[in-house]
Amino acid sequence: MALLELVHIEKAFDGVPVLKDINLSLEEGRIFSIIGPSGSGKSTLLRLATGLEELDGGEVRYDGRLYARAQDGKAEYPSKHEMKELQSIFGLVFQSFNLFPHKSVLQNIMDAPIRVQKREKTEVRAEALRLLEKMGLPDKGGQYPYQLSGGQCQRVAIARALAMNPRILFFDEPTSALDPELTGEVLKVIQSLKDLHIAMVIVTHEMAFAKDISDEVVFMENGVIVEQGTPEKVFSSDNERLKAFLGRYQGI
Amino acid sequence: MNFGQIILALSGGVATSIFIFAVTLIFSLPLGLAVAFGRMSKNPLISGIVKIYISVMRGTPLMLQLMVVYFGPYYLFGIKVNNSYRIWAALIGFVINYSAYFAEIYRSGIQSIPVGQHEAAKVLGYSRLQSFFVIILPQVVKRILPSVTNEVITLVKDTSLAFTISVSEMFTTAKALASAQTSMMPFVAAALFYYVFNFIVAQGMDLFEKRLSYYR
Ligand SMILES: Nc1ncnc2c1ncn2[C@@H]1O[C@H](COP(=O)(O)OP(=O)(O)OP(=O)(O)O)[C@@H](O)[C@H]1O
Ligand SMILES: [Mg+2]
Repeated sequence: MALLELVHIEKAFDGVPVLKDINLSLEEGRIFSIIGPSGSGKSTLLRLATGLEELDGGEVRYDGRLYARAQDGKAEYPSKHEMKELQSIFGLVFQSFNLFPHKSVLQNIMDAPIRVQKREKTEVRAEALRLLEKMGLPDKGGQYPYQLSGGQCQRVAIARALAMNPRILFFDEPTSALDPELTGEVLKVIQSLKDLHIAMVIVTHEMAFAKDISDEVVFMENGVIVEQGTPEKVFSSDNERLKAFLGRYQGI
Repeated sequence: MNFGQIILALSGGVATSIFIFAVTLIFSLPLGLAVAFGRMSKNPLISGIVKIYISVMRGTPLMLQLMVVYFGPYYLFGIKVNNSYRIWAALIGFVINYSAYFAEIYRSGIQSIPVGQHEAAKVLGYSRLQSFFVIILPQVVKRILPSVTNEVITLVKDTSLAFTISVSEMFTTAKALASAQTSMMPFVAAALFYYVFNFIVAQGMDLFEKRLSYYR
């Protein structure tokens, strides 16, 4: 059974359709990239999947269990308890990090596992330190976000998401807010998550990265999935719109 | 009467002034938060009523509000009030007035927090209550501290308005003394009191601000 299923997803803002009949299914441990021009609905799709936006139509399922659906334009949700359980399946990394500025790096990572998942503090702390190590930030635990570079902030945000032990991690343009010289360090960290066997959905404008890391690439335009398949297939597609889009990126 | 005696004579009033000040803060700071929520409510009836309340509180003199609270029960409902109601009326008047001011400060603070903070908390599974008290409010407090300090300093001076309903706070006593003694000295003592009080308040708030300066 698929870990994540998006079924007939519809979404409009102020009557303007932004997503039209989107269907997507992701198995445990798989890595998808979503590419497409600005305004094609990539962020909106992630926001629907993570409960930050309400559906107008369709269903979102995790593990086959209903997370959200809409009928006749009205969104419906399962019980609070069920929502909370499903919520712990996924994590989201934002373009703008959204670290909590009043909490130290360690507190940013540890607070939700302790407060939300009610886990043991010492165990959470050990895991947080392990994650910081993995992110290449072993000595930053006591610092505050304003003391870090953008690349370091994003790596902390990734650690914060991982500390919840999600089975699927969404990334919305994780490097778009970064100076070019900081992009590499974040991409490398995301690459290194491959051996954790967490499923990932990555919205990105880094084509080489998408090609390299993904099991499948999804090309969206104007709220529909135009092309989907292995990187080889998508990056050598003869779809005119896809070719035009890729043509704008060098080095592919 | 020398200066020391004047100070001594004022001390009872000083206690009352400090009492009004403290009670007003203790009640209006949390109440202001509740009012701010009412103001931001999605229910148009609630937010509409709260909006009117705030605009009346801010748009009319506090002195007049105190009189309404004090005389209102008798003039409006024919309820006889006794002398001990004076201090109650003062406290009620101050609390409902300052709650309105604090509510607007809270509201602007809450609305200035980037929506990404709410979203990050939500995706991490924080409940709405946790998200507000753990993530949002601490950041709001830091942002609104300068405005709150202004308001608190104004409150110190505003306590003198309780004289309008003859609460024997410090300023009422000073006025009575001044006319009995035909001397400026009680006023000088009163000024000194307000100044020192506010100096202490400002120092305290400054300390608080420094304690919150560990992040940006
Ligand atoms: N909250 C909103 N209210 C109104 N319109 C919105 C809202 N969010 C997104 N939109 C619109 O929906 C469309 C899709 O936006 P979305 O952010 O999903 O695009 P995107 O593919 O992520 O683009 P980008 O690559 O620039 O991030 C855009 O036209 C955008 O203006
Ligand atoms: Mg986007």
